Amino acid sequence: MPETSRRGLLFGTAAVSAGAFLTACTSNEPKEKTPAQDNRPAADDTAGKPVTIGFAGPQADHGWLNAINVQAKSRAEKYSEVTLETTEGSNDTAAQIGQVKTLINKKVDVLVVLPADGKALTQVGLEAMRAGIPVVNLDRVFASPQAYRCWVGGDNYGMGLNAGHYIGEQLKDKANAKVVELAGIDNLELTKQRSQGFADALKNYSNVKLVARQAADFTVESGQAKMAQLLQAQKQFDALWNHDDDQGVGALRAIEQAGRDEFIMVGGAGAKSAMDAIKAGNTVLKATVLYPPTMAASAIDLARALGQSKGVAGLAEMEIPTSVTLYSAVVSKDNIDQYLPTGFS
Amino acid sequence: MTQPAPSAQHQGPGKGHPSAPAAPPSKQGSGSRALGLRVDVRNLSLLGVLAVLVAVGGITEPDAFLDTGNLQLILTQASVIGVVTVGVTFVIISGGIDLSVGAMVALASVWATTLATQEYGFAGILFTAVVVGLAAGLVNGLLIAYGGMVPFIATLAMLASARGLALQITDGKTQIVTVRSVLDLGLPDSYVLGIPPLVLVFAAVTVAGWLILNRTTFGRRTVAVGGNAEAARLAGIDVRRQRLYLYLLSGLCCGIAAFMLIILSGSGQNTNGNLYELDAIAAAIIGGTLLSGGRGTIIGSVLGVLVFTTITNIFALNNLQSDVQQIAKGAIIVAAVLVQRRTLRGGET
Repeated sequence: MPETSRRGLLFGTAAVSAGAFLTACTSNEPKEKTPAQDNRPAADDTAGKPVTIGFAGPQADHGWLNAINVQAKSRAEKYSEVTLETTEGSNDTAAQIGQVKTLINKKVDVLVVLPADGKALTQVGLEAMRAGIPVVNLDRVFASPQAYRCWVGGDNYGMGLNAGHYIGEQLKDKANAKVVELAGIDNLELTKQRSQGFADALKNYSNVKLVARQAADFTVESGQAKMAQLLQAQKQFDALWNHDDDQGVGALRAIEQAGRDEFIMVGGAGAKSAMDAIKAGNTVLKATVLYPPTMAASAIDLARALGQSKGVAGLAEMEIPTSVTLYSAVVSKDNIDQYLPTGFS
Repeated sequence: MTQPAPSAQHQGPGKGHPSAPAAPPSKQGSGSRALGLRVDVRNLSLLGVLAVLVAVGGITEPDAFLDTGNLQLILTQASVIGVVTVGVTFVIISGGIDLSVGAMVALASVWATTLATQEYGFAGILFTAVVVGLAAGLVNGLLIAYGGMVPFIATLAMLASARGLALQITDGKTQIVTVRSVLDLGLPDSYVLGIPPLVLVFAAVTVAGWLILNRTTFGRRTVAVGGNAEAARLAGIDVRRQRLYLYLLSGLCCGIAAFMLIILSGSGQNTNGNLYELDAIAAAIIGGTLLSGGRGTIIGSVLGVLVFTTITNIFALNNLQSDVQQIAKGAIIVAAVLVQRRTLRGGET
């Protein structure tokens, strides 16, 4: 009997101390905290009429979506007269419809909605517009233009186009240049648009040929796995475009593991890890094409302008535009310092 | 890779437990000897599938497929899911199921790569990954063995909450590993005689799994519980404790796999281990493990994993796109199982 209890005691103590160690290990706070800075000029910083903005986004289970939430919140804090009502992020269409309805019932002045699924949230967008609440539709577009007052979002086709042009320019003096593409989730429309843009841009360069394409699924793990296979299949090539910087972490790992460096790599989306690597210049990653999460900050600006019945400063129009498509800039070593603060992790 | 001769495989519960006459004769066939033969046929047919795949790969892409680099690549890609599959195979043989393996890998890998854990270096990461896996397995085991929950439901609940907790820890961010000693294990300089360390771990887990299943009382008890839990209880086996240990074992495998994934990808992300549960169960099933329990082999499961990894590799080398890959993968699962059935019936008559 004492034997067992001593063993029990031993295991008990071990389990408790392991537990204590693990609980201490959930923190992700960096040792020295650098305060997030927002130095971009606002269109018109002077406080106007108070505006309450309702914000509904999807669950931030991906670096880019997390950056969307951060951008929206920090932009709203910049204006003393803006109150931001945010909902718990959700990927479930029914849950998100419920959240938007709650915001409508609260009678917010303007709504900013990034739908988990654009088509599925059209109805609730219409409902808000009928209730007299203007809707700013962020990125994933509603099925009907009647469901929003203004759409602001990225340009997936343009992203591919700019990546293709950048690579084409880099390789234009090279005969029979080979290009490889590591795409994102293949059953998303945005992946098809990015690949189409990329292929169209490469058509302008007769010496450049797309020799292989594989689709990963936006995760580090899949990026590593698919890139390792691509490297095995193509013993030599000149450039690689990777659609997403998150999976790019895995792709860079696979490249390191294969010990390859004969090509240049261009990323996509604009993660901080990618921008750091571009700045350091010690990997094959030489540039990344943005899909800017700052669009959420712009959406807050537009919502504020709508709530105060103002136009966009710098344009002659009395009203804000119905559609704003953002430019996918290529960030390379030349302009990295300008974009580094927008990088997300 | 060290693969013990399949002929050494036999696992009738009757063999190790002459005192357990209640073991179900209907499911177990006419004795351990006949059963051993049957298992051979299963593994042989899977080896046949693998041989066909190698031939296809060699013919379609001779330069890229048939070289050492590609062999290292296939084995490395198989290693993480392979370790998970070994644990799952035990659970399935015992008549249970573990749907939470992917989520446990995700949770263990993000917990082990937080900035706070990385402070403790190599040991801290390894310790955290393994203990988090064990802890999640313990919860599964307690709920199923002593809480009376159906394995499907209990592990489904674990799937949801472990993924949720992983998301909460990472906040959706990718956690980059900066501990050099961990990162170096994934690079060619660390290969032992050309074998990547991850593959060595996979081989070690496979051998250990094979030994436990075929050469220990624990293994025989597992098969007995899966064959007929009531008979096993009557024969004096503490069925509840056995079940608890099995889910702990699955959690342990997930913890090890999480550490391997950290080495492989150099990071921790809450999306890690996506759909591992399906891949592991599929590999075990085409490897000849009975979903209703009582029968299965480690070698079969490992061959199943290798078949899947080789298929993915051949598709990627031939630059086939995801749509074609998925269609072909489904067709190959069906074909492999049908061929197995056919061979099996041929072996019986």
